[in-house]
Amino acid sequence: MTAAAQPAFKDRAKAALADPTLKLAIDRTTGNAERKRAAALAAFPEFESARARGKAIKDHVVAHLDHYLEMFERNAIASGAQVHWAADDAEARAIVTRICLAADAKLVTRSKSMLGEEIGLPHALADAGIERVETDLAEHIIQLAGEPPSHIIWPAMHRTREQVAELFKAGHHPPPAAEDPATMVQSARIQLRAKFLNADVGISGANFLVADTGATCTVTNEGNAELTTTPPRIHIVTAGIEKIVPSTAHAFALLRLLVRSATGGEMTQYTTFHCGPKRPGDADGPEEMHIVLVDNGRTRMLANEFREMLRCIRCGACMNHCVVYRQIGGHAYGGTYPGPMGSVLTPVLDGLAASRDLPNACTMNGRCAEVCPVGIPLPTLLRGWRRRSWREGLEPSSLRAGIGIWAQFARRPRLYRLASRIGVRVMRLFGKGGWISRMPLAGGWTDYRDLPRPPGRTFMEQYRDQQKGRRQ
Amino acid sequence: MTGEPRPRVGLFVTCLVDAIRPQIGFAAIELLQEAGCEVEVPQAQTCCGQPALNSGDDADTVHLARQTIAAFEGYDYVVLPSGSCAATMVHGYPELLAGDPDWAARAHAMAAKTHEITSFLADVMAFAPQGRRCDASATYHDSCSGLRELGIAAQPRALLSHVEGLEMRGLAGNDVCCGFGGTFCVKYSDISNAIANEKAEAVEATGADILLAGDLGCLMNMAGKLNRRGAKTRCFHTIEVLSGRTSGPAIGEEGAP
Repeated sequence: MTAAAQPAFKDRAKAALADPTLKLAIDRTTGNAERKRAAALAAFPEFESARARGKAIKDHVVAHLDHYLEMFERNAIASGAQVHWAADDAEARAIVTRICLAADAKLVTRSKSMLGEEIGLPHALADAGIERVETDLAEHIIQLAGEPPSHIIWPAMHRTREQVAELFKAGHHPPPAAEDPATMVQSARIQLRAKFLNADVGISGANFLVADTGATCTVTNEGNAELTTTPPRIHIVTAGIEKIVPSTAHAFALLRLLVRSATGGEMTQYTTFHCGPKRPGDADGPEEMHIVLVDNGRTRMLANEFREMLRCIRCGACMNHCVVYRQIGGHAYGGTYPGPMGSVLTPVLDGLAASRDLPNACTMNGRCAEVCPVGIPLPTLLRGWRRRSWREGLEPSSLRAGIGIWAQFARRPRLYRLASRIGVRVMRLFGKGGWISRMPLAGGWTDYRDLPRPPGRTFMEQYRDQQKGRRQ
Repeated sequence: MTGEPRPRVGLFVTCLVDAIRPQIGFAAIELLQEAGCEVEVPQAQTCCGQPALNSGDDADTVHLARQTIAAFEGYDYVVLPSGSCAATMVHGYPELLAGDPDWAARAHAMAAKTHEITSFLADVMAFAPQGRRCDASATYHDSCSGLRELGIAAQPRALLSHVEGLEMRGLAGNDVCCGFGGTFCVKYSDISNAIANEKAEAVEATGADILLAGDLGCLMNMAGKLNRRGAKTRCFHTIEVLSGRTSGPAIGEEGAP
């Protein structure tokens, strides 16, 4: 669903702010994530040099994207995989659906992939009459709830354990015997295991595409990617073209940053390189492997001011540390990707007109850039969207008028001083004592907080009197 | 200080200080003079342009940047009692004017001599306030722009450590945004309020008499929220404490000049 088809951002945010259960879920998960990342970094003194290397790797790949993509394609084909190119989300959906239908697939298992969400794969499979089973535990939870992910690492982070227990009680047959996490996880295993072995097609994303081997890499902590990609006859990988790395060593250099930033771990439980389909004599593995390389706006970003966003390794640290995300959660953003990185990407994917609120709904506090493991200057990129929005006339006329009038005064120091003198005197009329609790045109402020009542004279007035006194 | 030429400092007052809390400007002048500087307040200044910059309005931002650069060209240093306005000049101006052959170098020269006041006093002037006393407990909020764009964290704390009787208390989440964010606080007031409430709770939990910060925007937001919640915390700019003004009215108390 694009941002345009939904209620306005402000309404979604308001609804999220009014939901104490959501706040509890967000606080638990992001609070944990923040503590774990901090602990991981404290035990990783070379973080800054690793970050510099990670940034350099991504910048190099982005600068030579064509070279590495062609190398990847050659090597992937040599390994026996089939490579497909998708210019946009519709093309990517069509390619995946076509492969599934050609294989007469009834049941598809899928391991977590934000790119799959980005291209609208769940809906496309449903429209093609194919049963889809999400195998990541959190994806399983939101599939039961009929919701999209609200976080790129913990798709169900908006759900409390208590709510998950309710969902499992209603959606699992038999329901879990108890509500402790271990029993609930076991119940999910039982539900999913029946599906793993009966799936016709397994669909995964890729954390890395390794150019010099043609392998795709998935990392999980649950092992569900391995069970999704190995038993079915066909394995389909959908990946954004920016996921490319020159070699396995480069993938590991980025993985050290990714895991610490995402979960505070040193390494994922499962790190698997998929290199082609089953070979003669292999005990298992898919008969066919298809890799769908998706552009969907990425080459446009290569050539504009959002190029640095292509460094993103999808760790989620920016949203975990974002004061806005932590108040409203991921669904309020309305795009595939939430939080700061999503506020840069959603205008690329859904158009700025439908999502101009996202880059604006940011305090510019810079914490996201501070924690980003590949040093993406997120506030600068968000400001880039604000500039475009201003240039394209998308900003609300009230804001344009307000800034415009203010700027007319600010451009003329003498007039500005006069206006300030009058302004503070007028402001004083709306308060008593030291505070103003209501003032026309200031509702955005005074609805929630008091405004300090200015003294009757500006600094500049007082300063000039002082200077005159000195000269006499 | 005989024989040494005194550095000439142009004080940028900031639009909020000018209108809402002029005494921060006078505190700045006193401290800079005490540190051995000559201080002037150029009259051709208005606002650094931050509201336009963060609204994406490049044309007005460029105009205000040039106006400000021109107003301060004759000084050895530009000093501001605000981390976010200082960051606009240090980072925003050079970026904005990078492609302008007439202004790029001037913007860089301006950026190189621009300092937020606590970092200027501590880092450039190696200044320590003498004979200041404040018998109270205080907690300090690190305003985001100063902290992340200019590295201001140790300087205000070092300066405050010279104030006799002041008991500094740690603030949980001291480096977490208070929700002000310039125009953000009125454009997305619901979200801003939720963030400000959490900040106020953290401030109240310290039990400190005084909340300090180095940016009036954040201070107004936090003080206004604390007052609306009925908290008794008194809010001051760091340099109001350093210049011995805590016996006078705090932000939101009647009677400050």
